[in-house]
Amino acid sequence: MNPATAGLLQIALLLVALALSYRPLGSYLARVYDSPVHNRAERVVYRICGVDPEAQQRWTGYATGVLCLFGVSAFLLYALQRAQGVLPGGQGRPAVPPDTAFTTAIGYATNTDWQSQPPEVTTGNTLLLAGLTVQNFLSAAVGVAVAVALVRGLARERTDRIGNVWVDVTRGVVRVFLPLAFLGAVVLLVGGVVMSFAGPVVVTALDGAQHRVPLAPVAAIESVKLLGSNGGGLYGANSAHPFENPSALTNLVQVYLMLLVPVALLRTFGVMVGDHRQSRPLVSVVAVVAAAVLCLVWAVESRVPRGAAQVAGAALEGRESRFGVFGSALFAVAATGTSTGAENAAHNTFGGLAVAGLLVNMVLGEIAPGGVGNGLHALLVVALLAVFLASLMVGRTPEYLGKKIGRVELSAVSVAVLTMPLLVLTGTAAALALPTTRDALAEDGPAGVTAVLYTYASAANNNGGAFGGLDVGGGYVQVTVGLVMAFGRFLPALAVLRLAGAFAEQGRSPVTAGTLPTTGPLFGALLAGVAVLVAALTFLPALALGPLAGALG
Amino acid sequence: MNTVPAWLPRPAVAALRLLLVLTALTGLCYPAAVWAVSRLPPLRAAAEGSPTVTDDGTVVGSALLGVDPVDPLAAEPTADRYFHTRPAGNAATPLGPGGPDGSGATPYSITAPELVSLVEERRRLVADREGVPVEEVPADAVTASASGLDPHVSPEYATLQVPRVARTNGLPEARVHELVAQHTRGRRLGFLGEPTVNVPLLNLAVQLAADQGGRRGGHDEVGGR
Repeated sequence: MNPATAGLLQIALLLVALALSYRPLGSYLARVYDSPVHNRAERVVYRICGVDPEAQQRWTGYATGVLCLFGVSAFLLYALQRAQGVLPGGQGRPAVPPDTAFTTAIGYATNTDWQSQPPEVTTGNTLLLAGLTVQNFLSAAVGVAVAVALVRGLARERTDRIGNVWVDVTRGVVRVFLPLAFLGAVVLLVGGVVMSFAGPVVVTALDGAQHRVPLAPVAAIESVKLLGSNGGGLYGANSAHPFENPSALTNLVQVYLMLLVPVALLRTFGVMVGDHRQSRPLVSVVAVVAAAVLCLVWAVESRVPRGAAQVAGAALEGRESRFGVFGSALFAVAATGTSTGAENAAHNTFGGLAVAGLLVNMVLGEIAPGGVGNGLHALLVVALLAVFLASLMVGRTPEYLGKKIGRVELSAVSVAVLTMPLLVLTGTAAALALPTTRDALAEDGPAGVTAVLYTYASAANNNGGAFGGLDVGGGYVQVTVGLVMAFGRFLPALAVLRLAGAFAEQGRSPVTAGTLPTTGPLFGALLAGVAVLVAALTFLPALALGPLAGALG
Repeated sequence: MNTVPAWLPRPAVAALRLLLVLTALTGLCYPAAVWAVSRLPPLRAAAEGSPTVTDDGTVVGSALLGVDPVDPLAAEPTADRYFHTRPAGNAATPLGPGGPDGSGATPYSITAPELVSLVEERRRLVADREGVPVEEVPADAVTASASGLDPHVSPEYATLQVPRVARTNGLPEARVHELVAQHTRGRRLGFLGEPTVNVPLLNLAVQLAADQGGRRGGHDEVGGR
């Protein structure tokens, strides 16, 4: 079988698997967040937390809860890292240095999972499980909660209440991510993923040399790392490490786990607003963008890009033998499109245009299909913008699902759309202007610009994927990456919750002949056009200086 | 109904309590449950890192870690007894073995002159070691993996190493080809990934064959401890 056929079969299998889970999981998620019933375990949680699960919150109360969860999470995670040296189960690892601990704490609490140090050396089991894994669940559940609040705002009428953040987050963990992560972990175990508390074991190899076998509780963490769009692995090589991703089979499972919840949430949206057809344009935009990026990356890689790949004869530098060129391209597109940021190959070794494709996948605002929750609310924000622009063009009142897009709503949309480009571009420009950054780069010129741009795009979009070539040690880049992650997550989230509140308060305008239909292919095209336009207008100059110049130079 | 819920002035306290409850649930119970599943006999060996075990039961490594036995550039490269894995991009030497303590790839972009000359250097070194013209060295032999611990090579790279390994271990080439074939795996399900040869298991099998003077026979290569 030639590689192209094998690749197409992999895509086909992935699409079938996603299609099979789309309806049941999407509807299940809608039931989870719409259900008035609390199960016994959840009641215990609410009692311990001292919250009233029946109380509905305004957007401000909901936002306060989201911010408080982030605050306590980041603070405790920082403390846990700084105390690693004296904690039980630290496996002799010392305390994490303050600047790294700061960025890692924010990284995990914002669902980014930024790691600038090889975890196999710095992170003991206690920190791994009680710190990082907990955030992998919590930050994912918070992401979905924010999106669900926006959907409720669109679904409800004449109320200022958009849900209860404690209930939504608890259900997200208990009813969604825990069961899915357990199933995913069992599948990964069957696929040969490591799950051991024996710690690093020293063995004497055949030739008499000694080396460590870095055993760790991988399967449990790997599963939620992918399902929750987290991306923080157990090893520096992330999903390229054979202990995390031992075969081509687990590789496809990992791609599926990344896409599972974000894709199903598109259906959840349609169910919760009471009209399945509203999901269609969102699904088609996700499919078209993801397919376009995958085609670009695959075409560049399979044709053997210039430079080292051509000298070697194939694009295998920075790839694992068992995945090959296609398995690496597919994983990279899924990981950048879902804000997971996991890697089974070194993205810096991709051809210039392929890197541009991965960057575009991120700077579109993570909409193809985006992270858990983040992807859905980013898509809905673009939909609102598309409705607004289309209505301006034909002189209609801008309405989406019968909700008017007025001054307050459009201001919130603007904040949600513009925060990320602002953070990425100013972050990149400021970092490049510093001589210390240039010293930390492996290469000057376009490759250097690409490395810095990728770093800040990854941080602001809460992707977390690192790009080889920029040595993020301590100091300026480390700390600004932390700040960019926090603002990149919570400014749009606050804007989205503001939108939710504003929409919930409105009544619903009746559908008339003058209403812009938001279910057909025309709206899908408009949505994709607006997403591409916004990204192109803001990022084309930066992309031209980095990966595009690299591809042409 | 009370419009101002009792917890409202204290959302931070609620957040802290929720975090602690979830820590117990997702940081303790969940990994414990997954660990319990991993103790099932069919899953256990893989969960413990697929150890490679010699005949006398000594663990010598992992079937998943391509930690090269001996320096891939021994003092006398042509006398080298082992099949070699792919280079590590973060190693100090061109063919340098990866270290399990710091998995990772090259920091260079694909067009970097440093990387181009590194690939050329690796091609020359491998050709010298195997005693073949540089054109015959396959792509995976001269490119570093993403992890630096890739346990697999292409069937082409394994085949390239057969004459040297057969000679240095005193085995007939046909026997070594046979061992390579035994450790070669096609695409999973026929279309997933690429055909690969597992080097740690292959080296173990070669050593066993050499110790037994080429005697045939099956044995356990992967097992629990």
